[in-house]
Amino acid sequence: MPKIDITEKAKTIVEQLKDKHGDLIFHQSGGCCDGSAPMIFEKDDMYLDESDILLGEISQVPFYMNKDQYEYWKHTHLTIDITEGRGASFSLEIPLGLRFIIHSRLLTEQD
Amino acid sequence: MSYSKPKFKDSYGNFINGKFVDPLGGEYFENTSPIDKSLIAKYPRSQKEDVELAVDAANAAKDAWGNTSAAERATLINKVADIIEENLEEFATVETLDNGKSIRETMNADVPLSADHWRYFASCIRAEEGSATELDEHTLSMNIKEPLGVVGQIIPWNFPLLMLSWKLPPALATGNCVVLKPAEQTPSAATLLMEKIADVFPPGVVNVIHGFGPEAGKPLASSSKVDKVAFTGETTTGQLIMQYASKNLNPVTMELGGKSPNIFFNSVMDADDAFLDKCIEGAVMFAFNQGEVCTCPSRILVQEDIYDKFVEKVIERTKAVVQTNPFDDSCMVGAQVSNDQYEKIQSYIKIGKEEGAKVLCGGEANTDGDLAKGYFIQPTILEGHNKMRVFQEEIFGPVVCVTKFKDEAEAIEIANDTLYGLGAGVWTRDGHQLYQIPRAIKAGRVWVNCYHAYPAHAPFGGYKKSGFGRENHQMMFSHYRQTKNMLISYDKNKLGFF
Repeated sequence: MPKIDITEKAKTIVEQLKDKHGDLIFHQSGGCCDGSAPMIFEKDDMYLDESDILLGEISQVPFYMNKDQYEYWKHTHLTIDITEGRGASFSLEIPLGLRFIIHSRLLTEQD
Repeated sequence: MSYSKPKFKDSYGNFINGKFVDPLGGEYFENTSPIDKSLIAKYPRSQKEDVELAVDAANAAKDAWGNTSAAERATLINKVADIIEENLEEFATVETLDNGKSIRETMNADVPLSADHWRYFASCIRAEEGSATELDEHTLSMNIKEPLGVVGQIIPWNFPLLMLSWKLPPALATGNCVVLKPAEQTPSAATLLMEKIADVFPPGVVNVIHGFGPEAGKPLASSSKVDKVAFTGETTTGQLIMQYASKNLNPVTMELGGKSPNIFFNSVMDADDAFLDKCIEGAVMFAFNQGEVCTCPSRILVQEDIYDKFVEKVIERTKAVVQTNPFDDSCMVGAQVSNDQYEKIQSYIKIGKEEGAKVLCGGEANTDGDLAKGYFIQPTILEGHNKMRVFQEEIFGPVVCVTKFKDEAEAIEIANDTLYGLGAGVWTRDGHQLYQIPRAIKAGRVWVNCYHAYPAHAPFGGYKKSGFGRENHQMMFSHYRQTKNMLISYDKNKLGFF
């Protein structure tokens, strides 16, 4: 399992969203436009099954990725961060004028 | 030559029932230009209640609009094409400011092509006929095409006017009413168009709602009063929209991402001629529209015996790309659409380097002079192998990954080793390869000895995780209609059952 982490700044936003929306999940989107980025939704908004891999929990929010995509990501360590931005997806942080983004690095033996 | 920035009002409304109206909650968001982060205007931050107003207006208009003649609908659609064409420069400058793309693209591609899509569908609906079959001597089966009713359309920010012009005309031509939500990064072109065509269609036939995805997009996609949703965007949102559609048992069409291979066989270098020149340009097409195209040819595959020489030419041509103020007509590659895209692209270049990809040119943001005020990225070529993340994920920036292949079999294997199947390019002088390689590639559009052409008359859409359904081409009408089958008996005699 690759390690997954979250920056302090991003954590603050996750907490803010939890207060407003309750239990949440992250799902890593595939390509196009606003894709290749993590999206955050209310826990029951998205139908998940065995084709979604649970990478771990950050700020008590489970982080999922589609199995096919995970095959290409499994050698990297991911850090969820937040930046100014817009997005046309349904990710809940968008109305705040913010977008979650991912910083990646290769997994090391220590990981 | 440099064009002037267009002027805007302070704020705009939603276009509902033939009029501009303020959002019910009174909230707006600021839309800025990616060229210099300057404020363009404020647009409505719509909520569920605003979407409902638009959906209700469309429902109220649908019966009358659905019963208009094809001739009447075609006349109005043609009027829109004329209006776009008459205001070419205004649309082009608005699009450049809002999206960040170069003025030479908006003047020569986005806007003229948009007008052409309206005209294409206006002509198709006049030429089209239904069908009738005599099943036996007494029985006629007649197929009448009927509109679905109200269609929700969610469009992306990479070609704001063109994506609107891909989606609206076929839906309107087939007699549907539409509620369209532009991407919040680029709300301006749709608004300008509604200003110019406000009186063309009866009230309620076309409605435009602005706002954020979770607040305005989701209520539109999940509305039980909408009969179909057409979406262009990324996979997770596509999956969510399909979930919502399943609740309403509504049809959907999905145009999602891609990671398109652009394959160059060794015969392209058989001569140093105009065709080779075209091939080099075809490879550099990755930088077209700042790489913000779902079919961006973001993986270049070159046959190993010409690899070094060919790639050298591609690097040279890429280095010659002019990146300057997008309002200057010498600009070839403009600004990325937003800060998050800008950061995402740089983060991909970083992981590419970490995975061992070699930077052949570019590799950084472009912060020369005034470009530092906006989101400019140097056209970048990374060399590596197809298992690297930069070869597998859509970066949506001017970043291409190049690798080599030995023979046809390996070219096909690498080309198809992707989750996506939207576009592909095949370049060769070999007559057999011209046909056989495109047939072996699992993608909805294979450009052969060309790339990035999008004529209205050619169907476009994805295989695999790039979605389903087609856009452009008359066949698109089938995505916006029901088939009414009338089964008519001309037999005077009973069956004899009862």
